[in-house]
Amino acid sequence: MIQNVIAQFVRLITGVRLNHDHERQTSARIYYANHSSHLDFVVIWAALPSHARKRARPVAAADYWNRGPIRRYLAGKIFKAVLIPRGKVTRHDDPIGMMSAVIEQGSDLIIFPEGTRSEDGKVADFRSGLYALAQLHPQAELIPVYLENLNHILPKGEFLMVPIIGNAIFGNPCEGPRHGETRHDFLLRARNSLLTLTGHLPPTTQAPCSDEP
Amino acid sequence: MNLDPELLYLVGGVVVLLALSSLITSILIRRQHGEPSATIKNLKHRVTAWWWMVGVFGISMALGKNALFGLYLLLSFLALREFVTLSPMPRADHRTLSWVFFIILPLHYLFAWAPWYGMFTIFIPVYAFIFIPIRSALAGDVDHFLERTSRIQWGVLTCVYFLSHLPMLLYLPIQGYEGQNAKLLFFVVLITQISDVFQYVFGKTMGRRKIAPNVSPGKTWEGLIGGGLTTVALGTSLWWATPFTPISAAVMSLILVIAGFLGGLVMSAVKRSIGAKDWGRGIPGHGGVLDRMDSLLFAAPVFFHLTGYYFGTNLAKALEQPPWFRSILKFWM
Repeated sequence: MIQNVIAQFVRLITGVRLNHDHERQTSARIYYANHSSHLDFVVIWAALPSHARKRARPVAAADYWNRGPIRRYLAGKIFKAVLIPRGKVTRHDDPIGMMSAVIEQGSDLIIFPEGTRSEDGKVADFRSGLYALAQLHPQAELIPVYLENLNHILPKGEFLMVPIIGNAIFGNPCEGPRHGETRHDFLLRARNSLLTLTGHLPPTTQAPCSDEP
Repeated sequence: MNLDPELLYLVGGVVVLLALSSLITSILIRRQHGEPSATIKNLKHRVTAWWWMVGVFGISMALGKNALFGLYLLLSFLALREFVTLSPMPRADHRTLSWVFFIILPLHYLFAWAPWYGMFTIFIPVYAFIFIPIRSALAGDVDHFLERTSRIQWGVLTCVYFLSHLPMLLYLPIQGYEGQNAKLLFFVVLITQISDVFQYVFGKTMGRRKIAPNVSPGKTWEGLIGGGLTTVALGTSLWWATPFTPISAAVMSLILVIAGFLGGLVMSAVKRSIGAKDWGRGIPGHGGVLDRMDSLLFAAPVFFHLTGYYFGTNLAKALEQPPWFRSILKFWM
């Protein structure tokens, strides 16, 4: 109930539309998106239809979302975020293990494979987490989500929003690592299928995401 | 609350017109076998959106002055949002825009609602226009500085300042018309919007000679003249709801048609200079909020002031700074 109200509010402020395109899902999903703002996962979460929203758990930085009671409440109770420690990864932290456990529990993940927010809206190279998760869960659908204008709504280092109209474009599922495909090649292909949603790549250089062109 | 019966006639007339257009649209769809064409589909979306717009406007009217100011505050917000979204915005302008959206816009509407006419007229052209370049200069980015500043100023001027003259019509003191100003607001919005509709209908059915093909390919002389004359005829026939005589109602309708046409033309030029076809996708069939409001932007302030001159009202005196505002200022100074 409160989730629906918040999602509605987020869509009103950011202008992001509800994503009706995806049919009811049959397997776990990993939504992966470009990252430029603290609002990013909130926007993807709000753009999902409610049955998908209930399953989706964003992966977010523990140090940011654990600061203060309001953020902790939002991250824990509303978004049900999977909080991952940033910076030094010690022997005890096992971010991939934590995310993987969430999928095993029957939830979906929202992740940002660039690892950090981009300053200028450009999409950086992907880190290896997506590859590791895709290998651990070959049945999971990898869904690229391109976020447009979010870096203008709340750029890195700003605390006040500007209510510009944003957009969350959901793509077709990207095929997991193929037989014999290197980690580097897979990450490149996954990144390309995200970029094709922007029109930044001309159609001829589009890496095929599914088998159909 | 007792509603003005004349206002009910106006709203009722619009509802009948809308019902007619819904009927005509469904007949057109039935006549076309198979998949309806893009124009018909767009027409259907447009008519549905009109029902929503008339509903929202009508309910705000029934709720009274505060609701109407709230509605126009929201419309200014949405319009400015579309404008800023389409304009390329460097990082250095982020804080300036936060100020524009969250301080300047609400403050201007506060002065309008108060009403404090003097401040309403100068707050944006003087104070906001001084503040915007200062804030952007302090951000330290000199790249395209004048262009960036003017773009923000233009957005605030049209989407906030010009548009806010519509609810200000509620405060226009006209002898013998006290308490009936809602009809005047309805008249302006109805005539300007229906002029767009008639120009669209005449343009689609018999339009041939384009007025400005580079700026707005849909605008034709046939559409403008046919739609304009029909609108003036309608405006004249509604003189009983306005403070005007039939002849001055005709002249005012003509002014609204021309100002509406030119406002739409200029906003279209702005839109194309930015490289867009529609301002947004907020209203199905119409595009964005600004696509629907563009003709009101110039018409609103022109109509407001001309009506003021016509009735010889001293607005600065009639709408002077309210005492509660003075006490707030005294507290600070």
